[in-house]
Amino acid sequence: MSITHHLDDATLMSFAAGALPSALSAVAAAHVAMCTRCRGEVAALERVGAALLTQLPAVGMERAEPETPSDQRLPPSQQRRDRSAGPMPSATPLARLLPGGLAAVRWRRLGFGIWHHRLPVAGSGTLGLLKVAPGRIVPEHGHGGAELTLVLGGSFHDTTGRYRTGDVADLDETVEHEPVADLGLDCVCLVASETPARFRGLFARLVQPWHGL
Amino acid sequence: MADLLRRVAERADTTAFRELYQTYGPRVKAYMMRLGADAGTAEDLAHETLFTVWRRAALYRAEKGSVASWIFAIARNLRIDRLRREVPWQQLAQEHFEEASGEALPDAALSEKERQARVHAALSNLPPEQHEVVVLSYLEGLSHGEIAQRLGLPLGTVKSRIRIAYQKIRTALEDLR
Ligand SMILES: [Zn+2]
Repeated sequence: MSITHHLDDATLMSFAAGALPSALSAVAAAHVAMCTRCRGEVAALERVGAALLTQLPAVGMERAEPETPSDQRLPPSQQRRDRSAGPMPSATPLARLLPGGLAAVRWRRLGFGIWHHRLPVAGSGTLGLLKVAPGRIVPEHGHGGAELTLVLGGSFHDTTGRYRTGDVADLDETVEHEPVADLGLDCVCLVASETPARFRGLFARLVQPWHGL
Repeated sequence: MADLLRRVAERADTTAFRELYQTYGPRVKAYMMRLGADAGTAEDLAHETLFTVWRRAALYRAEKGSVASWIFAIARNLRIDRLRREVPWQQLAQEHFEEASGEALPDAALSEKERQARVHAALSNLPPEQHEVVVLSYLEGLSHGEIAQRLGLPLGTVKSRIRIAYQKIRTALEDLR
């Protein structure tokens, strides 16, 4: 996979720090799982976290001596593997978000060659899949906050460039854009917004359900 | 530290584990308290972080990151799960996965001590206004928007301070890669 559009440095740091709003974090994680370059950046940024953590003045533990680990008799390597989800997930973000894969998604038709499927997300922001028919346009919109769009299939372009599978558009509130799906295939994207997108004009009422409003 | 962890992974060595616990436990507790946990909760989370280290020791791959950054990542994910009650999406880069491809990072062969020293130096050389936004991200868990609100700055300013800070840290690590 040749990825040309990556996460912004500021997004990467917030992601590694554990400070990115949850919906954005899901999309960032899905990109990172596909992208060698961004994985390297996250690893470097986790070193920063490690440096900050080890520089903190130690706070004495009440339990200075750890109690014997309850499962100590088993060598750790033979113990039950951790689940694929949970706080230390081994399953990829996309596998967790779409256990049945894209084929199992029940799209909700919005009209004008656009479909949507909302994904539940704990915490702040909104998350969903967007499918746009070839050549169709997502109406011009601005964002109240950050938005991340990860291409899962097909491709699209806008004034900031062309985005193919694995590419992520990391746009902030200053950008207004009007993505156009390229000809050939449906363009399927995973989209997260810190706050609901604000659409202009006629489309507003039509597309508000994207974000559950 | 990698050696201690290897002893835990290979022999379930409780002496090695105790040393890791005593080194990192009090720091993880401090980290959780900075992020808003009371002392009791912070201690529980520090305890759980270190026992996650015990249980997952065999998954750790030294060529993919330092022990400290692995422990940081575990603590961060526990914090998101328990204190924020959100889903931690971050996968642990320092572990071996079947799913994610496991190529070593380019700087894998270089001295871990040297890299840590570079990161520490780069952090302490940051001007206060850049250091501040980094600390608010890592140790207060604030989003860009929340930092902007806290400091009364435009969002764009917060982001550009973070970008510049990261570029400096990256430059400090660059000739080691
Ligand atoms: Zn990338």
